[in-house]
Amino acid sequence: MDFGFTEEQNKFRQEVRNFLEDEIKKGYWKPACDAWIQGFDPGFTKRVAQRGWIGLTWPKEYGGQGRSYIDRLILTEEMLRYGAPAACHWFADRQIGGSIVTFGTDEQKKELLPKIITGEAYIGLGMSEPGAGSDLASLQTRAIEDGDYYRINGQKTWTSGGSFVNYFYLLARTDPAAPKHRGISEFIVPADLPGITRISMIDITGTEAWNDVFFDEVRVPKKYLIGEKNRGFLQALHQLDYERSGMERLMGNYPLFEAIIQFAKENKLSRNPVIRNKLAELQIEFEIGRLFIYRVAAVMDEGRAPNWEAAMSKAYSTAFEQTLANVAMQVLGLYGQLVSDSKLAPIRGLAAHSYLSSKGYSLQAGTSEILKNILATRGLGLPSS
Amino acid sequence: MKLTLTEEQEMLKKTARDFLTDKCPKKFIKQLEESETGYSRELWQEIAELGWMGLAFPEKYGGGSMNFLDLAVLLEEIGRACLPGPFFSTVILGGLPILDLGSEEQKQEYLPKLIRGEKIFTLALTEPGYPHYDASSVKVTATPDGGNYIINGSKLFVPDAHIADYLLCVARTKPKDEITILLADAKSPRINYTVLKTIAGDKLCEVVFDQMPVPKANILGRLNQGWDAVQKIIERAAVGKCCEMVGNLQRVLEMTVDYAKERKQFDRPIGSFQIIQHYCADMATDIDGARFSTYQAAWMLSEGLPCTKEVAIAKAWTSQASQRVVALAHQIHGAIGVTIEHDLHYYTRRAKAAELAFGDANFYREIVATEMGL
Repeated sequence: MDFGFTEEQNKFRQEVRNFLEDEIKKGYWKPACDAWIQGFDPGFTKRVAQRGWIGLTWPKEYGGQGRSYIDRLILTEEMLRYGAPAACHWFADRQIGGSIVTFGTDEQKKELLPKIITGEAYIGLGMSEPGAGSDLASLQTRAIEDGDYYRINGQKTWTSGGSFVNYFYLLARTDPAAPKHRGISEFIVPADLPGITRISMIDITGTEAWNDVFFDEVRVPKKYLIGEKNRGFLQALHQLDYERSGMERLMGNYPLFEAIIQFAKENKLSRNPVIRNKLAELQIEFEIGRLFIYRVAAVMDEGRAPNWEAAMSKAYSTAFEQTLANVAMQVLGLYGQLVSDSKLAPIRGLAAHSYLSSKGYSLQAGTSEILKNILATRGLGLPSS
Repeated sequence: MKLTLTEEQEMLKKTARDFLTDKCPKKFIKQLEESETGYSRELWQEIAELGWMGLAFPEKYGGGSMNFLDLAVLLEEIGRACLPGPFFSTVILGGLPILDLGSEEQKQEYLPKLIRGEKIFTLALTEPGYPHYDASSVKVTATPDGGNYIINGSKLFVPDAHIADYLLCVARTKPKDEITILLADAKSPRINYTVLKTIAGDKLCEVVFDQMPVPKANILGRLNQGWDAVQKIIERAAVGKCCEMVGNLQRVLEMTVDYAKERKQFDRPIGSFQIIQHYCADMATDIDGARFSTYQAAWMLSEGLPCTKEVAIAKAWTSQASQRVVALAHQIHGAIGVTIEHDLHYYTRRAKAAELAFGDANFYREIVATEMGL
C-alpha cells in the first residue's frame, strides 16, 4: 500500500491551486457551496478546457490526456476546495464523455468528445421521470424509430442546470414489449431541437436547481443513439457508478467546512469542549470519506467500474455533508438561520444555504437507501429475496 | 497511491490465516483465557519459528527485515483469529521500542532472544487513577542510588506482566522529576504481580514495585527525556490495536453476513430484508473506514512520516466504529449471539478491550482538535 502522491501529482495539485487562486484574485468568481452543480460559468469552463483539464482521463486519440483517475481526483478535489463554478462541464466530464468513450461509435466520439473537451458542450441528465425515481427502469419516455430519426415523447425531471445546457443525455424506452430493464436506449439530444420545453424548478434554498424537460415529438437523428439499442439501462448503470464516484459527494459544501472552523477559532468558540469535540469529529469523518473516495479512484485506475465502492462512498459522504451543515448551524446558534443577504449573516450565509441544500445530497444520483441495497447485495452478496 | 497489498503481503496474510485457522480454534482460545499464563509456550515457539516475532526487525538481530506495514497485515490476522498471548506486548510494546531507542549493545543483548521467542517483553506505562496517557499521570519513581535506580510505585493494566521476562518501565526519574524508560528484570522478587480479570480474558496486571533496583546501564533512550519516546510507543500501539480491530471486525462482518444468508424467518433469509441489508452495509462502511485509516497510519509510521493526526483519526474512528459494528452484529445474530455457544462473544469482548487500549475516541478527538489548531 502507498497512501502518498507522486512528485508529479503534488506538482499538478499545486498547479491547479495556483490557477484557482489566481482566478479568485482576479475576481472572476467567489468560492461557493454547490458550485460544481449550480455554478454555471462558461468563461471558467473555457479556461479549464484551455489547460486540458476536461477529459483528463480519456484516451489521447480522442483529445484526452490519458491520465489516471487519481489525477482527475486531485483536480476535482481542488476545484471543490475552492468552491469553483464548474457546473457547465462537470456532468460531461464526469460521466457522459466516459460513456461515449466506452460505448459510442467513432462518429459520436469524433463529434461529441472534442466539444466536451473544449468546454462547449454542456450536457444535462435526462434520467428521472415523475414516475421513475429509484425505480429508474420503469421510465416511460418513448423513442420510436421513424426513418433516420427517433421520435421522442415524454417528460424528464430533476435535470440539474437544465436551462443552461445545450445537450441532454436521455434515457428512453425503445422496446416496450421487452422486460423493463432491456428495452431502454441512451441518446444524446441537442437541446435546441424543436419540441423540447424546459420549465425550471426552484429548490428549498430559493435557487433554480433543476428543470422539468418535456419532449413532444422531438426528432433525434439515429446517429445520436449511444452504444447498443435496448441495452441503454445496463450502460447507464455503468455510468451511474461514475456519477457516484467523485469528491463532490464529500466536498460539495467544503467552503462551509473551512469557514466554520475559521469562525470557531476567531470567536474563541473552539475552547468550548462540546464544539471542539464536534469539529474534531467532523474532521475525522471528513478524512474517512476522503479515503473512501480515493479508494474508488484507485479501483477505477485498476480498470474496474467502481460499483459498491462508489455506493459506499456516496452514501457515507453525503451523510457527512449533511452532518457538517447541521453542526455548522449549531456552532452559529441563532445566527445560523440568517441567509446570505441578511443583515448580520455570519460566514456569508453559507450555513443556512448548505443546511437547506444538503437535504438533497442523499437523494440525487441514487438515494442512500438504494446505495445501501447495492452495497449489501453486490458488495456483500446478500440475497435480494 | 496504491491501496492494495503487495504479493508478498498477500502471501504473509494467507500463511498467517491458514496457520491460525489450524492452530487457534475457539476451544483453544477458551482454554488459554481460563489458564493462568494466558498463552501456550508451544504455539509461542512455533510462531517464533515462523518468523513472526522477528518480522519487522533487521536481519542482523535475526529478524525478517520487513516493515511496520507488513507487521500490520500480520496483526490484522492475529486480530481476526483472536490469538491470545504476549505477541503484541513483546513485539509492539517491547521489541520495537528497543529497536528505536536502545544502544547497539542493548539491541544485541535483547532483540535476538526476543526474535527467537525466548524472552517475553512488555510495557509498564499506565497507573492507578484515570490517566490520559500524559506525562503528568506517571507517578512511579526511579531514584538514583549508586549504580542503580530504585523503582517504587504501582503500574496498572500492564499486559502480560506476570509472564514477562523484561518490563519497559516508564518512571519519573529523580531528582529532576522527568520521564525515563528503564528496562527492568521482570522476574525480580521486588515486583509483585496481580492478574486482573478482564472481559477479554487477556492478562492485564497490576504491577507493584517495592524498592526494585535497576542498573543505570538499563536506561532505554534518553535520561529524563523519555516522554517523546513514550508518545511514539503509544502511537504505534494505537495503530497496532487498530490493525487487530480491523481483523476482528472483518470477521464479525463475515459471520454476520453468513448468518443473515442462512437464517430464515417468514420463509426467507433475514438477509433479504432491507433493514438487515442496510445494517450490514453500515457495518461494511464502518469497517472499510477503519481499514483505510488504519493502513494509512501504518503506512506513514512505516515510512517514518509524522502522523500524529492520522494515528488519532484511525484510533478514534476504529474505536467508535468497532462498537457500532459489534452492536449491529449482535442485533442481526439475535439471541444466539449472546450465548457462549456462539463465537461472536470472543470478538465482542476483544473489540471493547481494544477500543479502550492506548486511548479511546475521546482521547484522540482532542488530539485531532489540537492538530486542527482549535
